[in-house]
Amino acid sequence: MYEILEKKILSENVKLIKVKAPLVARKAKAGQFIILRIDEKGERIPLTIADYNREKGTITIIFMEVGKTTKQLGKLKVGDSILNFAGPLGQPSEIEKFGNVVCIGGGVGIAPLYPIVRELKRAGNYVISILGARNEKLLMLEKEIQEFSDELHICTDDGSKGTKGFVSNILQNLVDDGKKIDIVWAIGPVIMMKVVVDLTKKYDIKTIVSLNPIMVDGTGMCGGCRVSVGGENKFACVDGPEFDGHKVDFNNLLLRNRRFVCEEDEACKCAGVEL
Amino acid sequence: MAVKKTKHKMPEQKPEERIKNFNEVPYGYDAETAIEEAKRCLQCKNRPCVKGCPVEIDIPDFIKHIAEGDFDKAVEVLKTKTNLPAVCGRVCPYENQCEGECTLLKIGEPVAIGRLERFLADYERKRGVKIPKNAKSTGKKVAVVGAGPAGLTCAGDLAKMGHDVTVFEALHDPGGVLMYGIPEFRLPKEIVKAEVNYIEKLGVEINYDIVVGKTITVDELIGEYDAVFIGTGAGLPRWLKIPGENLDGVYSANEFLTRVNMMKAYRFPEYDTPIKIGKIVATFGAGNVAMDCARTSLRLGAEKSYIIYRRSEKEMPARAEEIEHAKEEGVNFKLLTNPVKFIGDEKGILKEVECINMELGEPDESGRRRPVPIERSNFKIKIDTALVAIGQSPNPLIPKSVKGLKIGKWGNIETDEDGRTSLPGVFAGGDIATGAATVILAMGAGKRAAKAINEYLKSKKN
Repeated sequence: MYEILEKKILSENVKLIKVKAPLVARKAKAGQFIILRIDEKGERIPLTIADYNREKGTITIIFMEVGKTTKQLGKLKVGDSILNFAGPLGQPSEIEKFGNVVCIGGGVGIAPLYPIVRELKRAGNYVISILGARNEKLLMLEKEIQEFSDELHICTDDGSKGTKGFVSNILQNLVDDGKKIDIVWAIGPVIMMKVVVDLTKKYDIKTIVSLNPIMVDGTGMCGGCRVSVGGENKFACVDGPEFDGHKVDFNNLLLRNRRFVCEEDEACKCAGVEL
Repeated sequence: MAVKKTKHKMPEQKPEERIKNFNEVPYGYDAETAIEEAKRCLQCKNRPCVKGCPVEIDIPDFIKHIAEGDFDKAVEVLKTKTNLPAVCGRVCPYENQCEGECTLLKIGEPVAIGRLERFLADYERKRGVKIPKNAKSTGKKVAVVGAGPAGLTCAGDLAKMGHDVTVFEALHDPGGVLMYGIPEFRLPKEIVKAEVNYIEKLGVEINYDIVVGKTITVDELIGEYDAVFIGTGAGLPRWLKIPGENLDGVYSANEFLTRVNMMKAYRFPEYDTPIKIGKIVATFGAGNVAMDCARTSLRLGAEKSYIIYRRSEKEMPARAEEIEHAKEEGVNFKLLTNPVKFIGDEKGILKEVECINMELGEPDESGRRRPVPIERSNFKIKIDTALVAIGQSPNPLIPKSVKGLKIGKWGNIETDEDGRTSLPGVFAGGDIATGAATVILAMGAGKRAAKAINEYLKSKKN
């Protein structure tokens, strides 16, 4: 059992929990994820690690309540426990000194971006962070990311904070201003990553994306999380979750992520959780 | 009195009933039938059946005790060699092993050794399992990676020898393929749990949610334990590598079976993990896993369940009993047929599979006649779900993460007969070493490795 030590409500349906998982925290690195199962009847779901504290033995995860499991997770209180919590899974981000790095986080994707921003800064990079969300309320970790960024740009779809528009608009401006960009990290909704990748392809800027497809075991056993990368099938759980965005087949990813939409609705209804 | 030429029948659920539930298909022998069946045994002096058993169970001995009605004594004999008899008595390919060597084959059917083993294991479970006394503690610590058939067998034997054994399991349940792979109707999960419980009572500690290679490395285990056994199985699914394999509706057998068996998707939405099956299901492959997929599909409500296999019936690798059961349940066998591509609709949802007819040509390296496509014989079958059950490769997580560990060409860990790897103190066995095989072969490997580990620990100076 893995106890919840801390909980924060970041916005209406985005929550942060800090979980006691010393063995996971001991090895966790930026870019990796965990798989959890809340109880005996629960589903195994992957969540990217938002932060870790090796001394205290804790893992922070930030999640949006989108399905039955995340809604149920959001209802847990400090002192409650999660039945299974395995990790750290997947390959860590390949952090090195690249030079100028642009880190783009969209919505709940800002959470896994945070440790990557921090490690990139610590590795001596000039870090330009771009954070985007639908509105001000859905923006998160602004202060934390600011601390490790040389530049911070913010945008919202409705203009309630920062520039009105999308993260890709800001990236385009940076390119147009002649900013030298050595590599881009983009984490967020699939469609956001796709738009960023389409842009960086034009300028031949290497772009790393972090994918979160449907998984079951998380150890390379089921292949449910397979994604087509450079025409070859890769398992996000063991080969990823980060991939070269220029090689990812985003359309297939979008399609495969819709596999159980109807069943998810049914599970929510059955559990009496409002959609 | 002349010996009865055929095995005593084991009562089972009728096909039309059982395809509506996940309950176990055969009911097992009652005591009377077991005694009668045991009396068929000729008690041959040369004991050919024992030679056919990967874990060398003293078969004629336990059968003799059954014939005498002394089931307790029979259990005792059985348990000296196997820690998981209820599992073996259900999933072993007896026809190629013990029963395949039986002298009675000369006049008819062999003694139903598998059914008798199952009878004894079930008898013992109902009576209450006796926990044998372990040897005096040696003070040596052994780490076992993976709680599947190889790891559990190795762990149980090592505990009996007096070693302190800790098992590390990546998933939330023990049993490995016994839990995620083999369906409830063939191997009830309560039985797996009971057998695991026995291993734990021998003093073995099982830790879950520990992905060795990630949560903890093999190198760390080598530092902390006197020996390490790796039994992480063949978890990596193989693909057909044809167009359309990423469409919505195409699953690896592993994903499908894990969802249904371990995550209990057949009880969705009571359990959270979903599965979607549609009306027509095609399973590709003809091994035990393929039969499990095809039969599970029927139980999930599929109206039609195909087995599509590129060779003929004779080459099908599944156990005879599985093929028989699948046929009885109405699984539709499309043999000498190979898929060419999956076809989806504009939303990327699987709708059809295009296949080609095959004929058998010259024998290949495996000695089986090689299937060759018949030109211009392509045809399409409407399907909602495709299950790819053409085999698994060794799980690459550990082979990839340990320096100095010699890896074979299939990504398997190379070992000698007794499971010794290229690293001293590190042993491996089961599918991770051999590639995908059977539960009993994995158990045999776990058993031999336990002996080798014991010798290694004895020879190692403190």
